[in-house]
Amino acid sequence: MDLSALLAQLLNGLAGASSLFLVATGLSLIFGVTRIVNFAHGSFFMLGMYVSYSLIERIGVGPWRAVGFWGALVLAALAVGLLGALVEILLLRRIYKAPELFQLLATFALVLVFNDAALWIWGPEDLLGRRAPGLEGAIQLFGRAYPSYNLFLIVIGPAIFGLLWMLLTKTRWGVMVRAATHDREMLGALGVNQAWLFTGVFALGCMLAGLGGAVQLPRQPASLTVDISTIGDAFVVVVVGGMGSIPGAFLASLLIAEVKAICIGIGTVHLAGIEISFSKLTLVVEFLIMAVVLVIRPWGLLGRLQATSRNSAPVEAPLKPGSNWFRMTVIGVFLLMAMLPMLDQSLPYAAVLGQDILVAALFAVSLHFMMGPGGMHSFGHSAYYGLGSYGAAILVKLAFMPMPLAMLVAPLVAGLGALLFGWFCVRLSGVYLAMLTLAFSQIVWSVVFQWDAVTGGSNGMVGIWPEDWLSGTRYYYLTLVLVGLSVYALRRFVFAPFGYAMRAGRDSSLRAEAIGIDVKLVQWLAFTIAGVFGGLAGTLYIFSKGSVSPDVISVSKSVDGLVMVLLGGIQSLTGPVIGAAVFGVLQDWVMRATDYWRALFGGIILFLVLAFPEGLAGISRQIETLWQLYRPAVGVVRREKLT
Amino acid sequence: MTASVNPILLDVSGLNAWYGAAHILFDVALNVRRGEVISLMGRNGAGKSTTLKAIMGLLSRSEGQINFLGQDIAGKAPFQVARMGLGFVPEDRRIFPDLTVTENLETGRQAPRQWADGSAALNWTPDALYELFPNLGRMQDRRGGQMSGGEQQMLTVARTLMGNPLLVLLDEPSEGVAPVIVEQMAHMILALKARGASILLSEQNFHFARLVSDRAYVLEKGQIMYEGSMQDLTHNSEIQRAYLSV
Amino acid sequence: MSGALLEVRDLYMAFGGVCAVDGITFDLHPGELLALIGPNGAGKSTTFNMVNGQLRASGGSVRLAEQELVGMKPRAIWRLGVGRTFQIAATFASFTVVENVQMAVMSHQQQIFSLWRPAANRYRDEALMLLKQVGMDAQADRACSELAYGDIKRVELAMALANNPRLLLMDEPTAGMAPRERNELMALTKRLVVERGMAVLFTEHSMDVVFAHADRIIVLARGKLIAEGEADEIRSHPKVKEVYFGNGLTFEHPPEPAVAARIPA
Repeated sequence: MDLSALLAQLLNGLAGASSLFLVATGLSLIFGVTRIVNFAHGSFFMLGMYVSYSLIERIGVGPWRAVGFWGALVLAALAVGLLGALVEILLLRRIYKAPELFQLLATFALVLVFNDAALWIWGPEDLLGRRAPGLEGAIQLFGRAYPSYNLFLIVIGPAIFGLLWMLLTKTRWGVMVRAATHDREMLGALGVNQAWLFTGVFALGCMLAGLGGAVQLPRQPASLTVDISTIGDAFVVVVVGGMGSIPGAFLASLLIAEVKAICIGIGTVHLAGIEISFSKLTLVVEFLIMAVVLVIRPWGLLGRLQATSRNSAPVEAPLKPGSNWFRMTVIGVFLLMAMLPMLDQSLPYAAVLGQDILVAALFAVSLHFMMGPGGMHSFGHSAYYGLGSYGAAILVKLAFMPMPLAMLVAPLVAGLGALLFGWFCVRLSGVYLAMLTLAFSQIVWSVVFQWDAVTGGSNGMVGIWPEDWLSGTRYYYLTLVLVGLSVYALRRFVFAPFGYAMRAGRDSSLRAEAIGIDVKLVQWLAFTIAGVFGGLAGTLYIFSKGSVSPDVISVSKSVDGLVMVLLGGIQSLTGPVIGAAVFGVLQDWVMRATDYWRALFGGIILFLVLAFPEGLAGISRQIETLWQLYRPAVGVVRREKLT
Repeated sequence: MTASVNPILLDVSGLNAWYGAAHILFDVALNVRRGEVISLMGRNGAGKSTTLKAIMGLLSRSEGQINFLGQDIAGKAPFQVARMGLGFVPEDRRIFPDLTVTENLETGRQAPRQWADGSAALNWTPDALYELFPNLGRMQDRRGGQMSGGEQQMLTVARTLMGNPLLVLLDEPSEGVAPVIVEQMAHMILALKARGASILLSEQNFHFARLVSDRAYVLEKGQIMYEGSMQDLTHNSEIQRAYLSV
Repeated sequence: MSGALLEVRDLYMAFGGVCAVDGITFDLHPGELLALIGPNGAGKSTTFNMVNGQLRASGGSVRLAEQELVGMKPRAIWRLGVGRTFQIAATFASFTVVENVQMAVMSHQQQIFSLWRPAANRYRDEALMLLKQVGMDAQADRACSELAYGDIKRVELAMALANNPRLLLMDEPTAGMAPRERNELMALTKRLVVERGMAVLFTEHSMDVVFAHADRIIVLARGKLIAEGEADEIRSHPKVKEVYFGNGLTFEHPPEPAVAARIPA
């Protein structure tokens, strides 16, 4: 690559950085003030693209097209901001006091709803936007043609950054926003109506995302996959820059966009006979940057240690061993599951669904093991599921390993992955840890997606079946036994000193260290154990389906696990099993019911989050609490009758 | 005019409060008259801070009558209560560490107030506060996070005064700071009182409370066990032993 | 001085060029309660954190029974017999009272990585014994999250005793407690110190507690040790009065007329 090409690539990077900054800074601002990790932020970006497309098609044509075009960008941003305000008022206001992860779940449900809404309104085809009037052409730079629209993009990022900076430091509103970032309850006690402050910040953040999408339209078609890819990029930028830091988001978006641009510029290089494709690296490079930054500066480039949120979940009750009633129920459920294949005449589908639910339950229980007792929230548990399933496929197909042996080794492969990734992850905590797990799962996904020769790339791998003596109903029973044993083992771990040490480190790492517990080591081991069992779930999955695709490592697979754990209630050991069962049945039913199953599913999640903020297993506790509140009153009445 | 014939500012009765399922306050009743400094005393966990927070609307579950300037404020959001002229100084300071002293003061600013009879209430400006707290005046551009505990304690009071409150709720001003700072806090309260301010404070330090206050309420397990003038309490060693464990 | 359990020499700590602790030196003997007092920001917590290894001293030495502690991890220092309690009592909220202490004993017995046999019955009797020593055995099976604050402090003390410490570091042990609870806790501490031959280094803002229970007092101000001695010497030390005590109005009983004079009619 010669110098002029490099310079051109650097300029491309600057242009890319602007849009990235716009979406990331909104996310960061929203997180800073409301403490909500807005998973739907990529959706607002996507809607910004679609809305500006429609507006430009309407007012960006004809003699006034220049005014129409630029006006459409602004209007689209405003419209998305307005939508954000509505979302904040109608949904988020109700869940500010819910635990962090529930808020995440609610915003993820919005992703599903918005995605189907866009599908319904704009259809499944990608929509290419018109070029910007006056900036259609190219200019000559370093002897190369350079799109003049990129120059506009290069300017708009720093301009918005400057305006935001002024807004936050020079205005009373900005002072309030910065104060709310630290302690919103205190601000309320000083007479500030935080509800409108939050609405304002959320609307502003969404407007920035919408603007980011709108200005990106002339470069990139609007499509339904933009939401998830954008939120991934935005997360990375925010985490690299430091949660809540706007200069950090600016710096990080520059860094990431430039490194990506350089990778594209370098292209494919032959080094010592090995072909390295740097342009393919772009899918991974931002996550590598994130991993490196987080290990060196755990709170991001310009971030700081976040104060623990004041509205965390209520304190967990002490662990109690299961009662006899509980044991009978477990045995009963186990026997019921064992009877499912006998229904193949009347309900042939029951065993298939049962198999899926068993695998999902193990996936959820392994995730819960690290999230609940371990206190490590993961957005990337699909990495180990994927390593388990791809590990098994590769061992069988390429290493010609017998299937039973592969079933044994593949979870260990996942465990090795968890051992490696966990070493980095346990250095962090809270949202940062969660983001890093997401980054690692994206790395695994990218490697699998691109390593055609071994993994089959986007086509995945097929024809991976159990050996004959283990197939069919026998495989169902194998799954039932292995899942049963695994869940039992994980439960034993939690009740053993190791599980106590995990919970001790979660409840107070300060105190745990002070009584000689190596909290990081305990977490690392817990992370690895969760990886092994998550891997086993993946292994069980692949031999039941016979094929695997990169989808098993996707973000949405990780989110499925989160939904199961949260549906079941994170503070309950049986929660993930219940959650997986409910999730499995719901998903199965919803997907058959409508083409817009995502929206329906999102709607159901939203309903559950709003109705049962402690999870399904928490319902019993909510009833119990109500009962306790009610009982004293009953007692009083009784006593009065006696006297 | 002595304080006891002044009009009642705050009148609380039948106040109950809960944390989760735990019932913390039981039928608490108290009042504050204009110009008074009242101490709410009792040991840790007796419900002092809970009472102040309940008055301020900061608890998710409370019941009872809270009458402020003739209006029922029970069930109102904290910001509404603050806008009616109730100032709250939290026990753990809670200054905004990234904001400068001036900006911290700005977060508390509210418009000047009048009493019901039309007379102007105390109207604080940053300059007036810098006069009252000379330390703060010397560090107007310092960030809250870079101040010492004692300076933060002063800032948190000054920030609340910026709202020109008609009544200040002061939660445990002497907790966790050096004796010399506690003494400054006592001087500050007396100075405010001399200007006609009304203060309801929660306090465990008996010596501190009797330096500054006119009347006292003693809480134990969420119930008012004693009320009377500070002078009477000083001589009532029985109450002191039973509920203040002096 | 010979016979000292803890010898701190010229301890020094700077954060980004700002000197937080500036060459302090003191000794602590078995059976002794040594109070470390001073204004907020004087360097008390920093000193504490250097002794227990949470911070690595920029200079100087900390020796426990002749062994150098500077450079060791908190866990290693704990294993040498240095227990600690925190200003804001930190227990494991999702555990019962006895489980909290069992956890400390299990850690002392190196059983953290035991994965199979349930923890519930391990060292329960030992833990109950420790709870008995702090008067909490009757509440052993309650959830820690339901306890009154003073009781949490006692549980914390029992946890700190689980590894038979020779030295106990207590950061504002009586913060947030009522006067009587304070005296009870410190009397309990003194009793344990004598029975077990331990030494205690504690920070404290309540002068009533310090004067009533400390055997000796050292005073820090701006990172320097400005006074050292018994209660009476410290009480009348002019420099300490100036930077820390003030006039003593808020912790000692002033003569009656002074109170009356201070409160405007």
